[in-house]
Amino acid sequence: MSGTKTAIEEGVLPTLTALLVALVAGDLLILSYGQSPSEVWRLMLSGTWGNAYGIGQVLYKATTLVFTGLSVAIGLRAGLFNIGAESQLAAGGFAAGVLGLLLPVSLTPWLAIPVCLLAALLGGAMVGFVPGVLRARFGAHEVIATIMLNFIVLAFLNWAISATGLAVTETLHTPVVLSTAVPRLAAYVPMFHGSAANGTILLALLTVVIVAWLLFRARFGYELRAVGLQPMAAESSGIRVPRVWITAMVLAGGVAGLGGTNFVLGYKNYFEDGFSGGAGFLGIAVALVGRNNPFGVLLAALFFATLSQGGLAIHALVPKQMVEVLEGIVILAVAVSVPEVRRLLRSRPAKAAVTTPVQA
Amino acid sequence: MSGRKSRSLAAPIRGDDLSPLMRPLLTALAVLTLVHGGLLFVRPASAPTLEASGTGPTVGVVFDMGGRGDKSFNDGAFLGADSAAAHLDARVQFIEPGDGSDREAGLRLLASERRDLVVGVGFIFSDDLTSLAQEYPDVNFAGVDFALATDAKGDVIAPPPNVAALKFREEEGAFLVGALAALVGNSKKVGFLGGMDIPLIHKFEAGYKAGVKHVCPECTVIAQYAGVTPEAFRNPSKGKELALSQYQQGVNIIFHASGSTGLGMFEAARAMGQGHYGIGVDADQYAEAPGFVLTSMVKGVSTAVYDTIRRVKDGTFKGGIFSYGLEEKGVGYIYDEHNRALIPDTVRARLLQLEADIVSGRIKVPSTRS
Repeated sequence: MSGTKTAIEEGVLPTLTALLVALVAGDLLILSYGQSPSEVWRLMLSGTWGNAYGIGQVLYKATTLVFTGLSVAIGLRAGLFNIGAESQLAAGGFAAGVLGLLLPVSLTPWLAIPVCLLAALLGGAMVGFVPGVLRARFGAHEVIATIMLNFIVLAFLNWAISATGLAVTETLHTPVVLSTAVPRLAAYVPMFHGSAANGTILLALLTVVIVAWLLFRARFGYELRAVGLQPMAAESSGIRVPRVWITAMVLAGGVAGLGGTNFVLGYKNYFEDGFSGGAGFLGIAVALVGRNNPFGVLLAALFFATLSQGGLAIHALVPKQMVEVLEGIVILAVAVSVPEVRRLLRSRPAKAAVTTPVQA
Repeated sequence: MSGRKSRSLAAPIRGDDLSPLMRPLLTALAVLTLVHGGLLFVRPASAPTLEASGTGPTVGVVFDMGGRGDKSFNDGAFLGADSAAAHLDARVQFIEPGDGSDREAGLRLLASERRDLVVGVGFIFSDDLTSLAQEYPDVNFAGVDFALATDAKGDVIAPPPNVAALKFREEEGAFLVGALAALVGNSKKVGFLGGMDIPLIHKFEAGYKAGVKHVCPECTVIAQYAGVTPEAFRNPSKGKELALSQYQQGVNIIFHASGSTGLGMFEAARAMGQGHYGIGVDADQYAEAPGFVLTSMVKGVSTAVYDTIRRVKDGTFKGGIFSYGLEEKGVGYIYDEHNRALIPDTVRARLLQLEADIVSGRIKVPSTRS
């Protein structure tokens, strides 16, 4: 009983407070534009959860965020701050898109799609591998490494499609490949007509379950969390810390890479330069608000997707920057109110032997 | 902080069984809920209702990623729609997309509201406009800089009947500023600075070269591009570097079609000092470097958007390709109190004659590099 109680106290209340802080800040912002808060929030809800198309759009946006949020959460559980989900996401999408071009058109989707999914996983994993190794072998801080790698990878992808003739003339995207298309939800539920939501939602849900199992039920997850909590203690209990760091970053990169298939295989059926559009960075917020718990990440992704899609709906009344400000406030408020984030944001606790047990 | 924490760890559990962290949180939660609840009832007197007043057509505009404030075509489209709101009673809603999927989502939102006209600003909307126009045959669409698709044989595929493709003959405006550059440049060399090396920008170069050669057959045009990626449109330092090297080769006037890369060109003109000028593009760029801007070749996105809204109001809207050139005042160049001193009356007269010749078809301006 007291376990549940602690979970609510530590897990839900701080997040709830943070969201309310953002809500009140949003009220004040809306008022500053001379609009009525209730009207704007009502419009936001009706444009997102108010109709099937809106729900579909929220689900589409949430799908990418689930992957990038999980990616950041895996890193954080291992004590690593993965800022590189943006480029891991893009690399995964690129790998899936380009491999789709190379596969013979006659190949059955039952084979072509899994192959492209694997490519996305590997593409992202490769990008995650680099900072993992740099951290494990040379002690290079993963925050710096992942940020810098973002620039390098995104510039490389930009070059790869525009300078090598991969892109269709006068556009920034590769040719459309229909043989690897993941079906849209609308193909089965006509209500969703027009929305970008597609079958990769199922992949996202599956990934949530697998990551949860891996983190909390598997031996590897135990090691990963032990390293995240106290690398020195983990090491002295026989865990090979550098190996865990590398594996964690590879896993984080691979999960983010899978997220690229939502756009590339599920929506447009081509890779477009810049398709990630910040979803990788928003993944940091998703992981923080989701408390690094895979199921929390799922809820947080839905929340941020609602904000993003709702931003379009309230355009008539307030500028789009309001939604960006709100996202920022949520992140700040979470950083202040959530205990383990506070702990994480403090300088790496070298002597912190007396950390309070983190709820799992 | 740590002091409080250690105390809390050591503190005996009190009767109400609330950890000390919880108390302030619960208080905060209660206060915030109250404040939020209160604010929900605030209804500013100025708050306009959603159904804006006006009897004119309902219009939705989705901007390109650059969004408002680009001092170029997004702002042009905004001005066009805004003056339609003022003069035609149009009820306009603007949308600035966030990520790639928002482009279609924004257009779809406006189309599903059965607006009288939905405008996508930028060539990047061409795909989405085409597919949505087929899905909403009773809604009118317009695309600024709409890129026409071609079939396997290379023939242009016409846009759907409810899409107005607003295209500009930029080469005609470029022709005039080319002639101007050659006439007042005091040099046999004139410069051109392009952004990304793509056909859309080649149009500017082709017209500009033709204009230079028309008034000065022995002149040469030094044409350079900042790169082959979209980054080439937002790289002022590269622009400055290229412009400086052109000025040092004896060029006195450079025309740029390179987005914010061109800001570097104006910097270079300023650095070179007296006698060196840049020519702006899309909008009047005099303010970028007063005294060093010869003129700007302007593209009338606002005119095109306004015209389209007017046609919707008149009931004369129809789809198809709308080409804006000198004749439709869709392109042109700036001639005002800022640069009158730089352009002698004889040159102005010559340019007016050239303009008339292009409009009458006596001069044919090429739109591709030969």
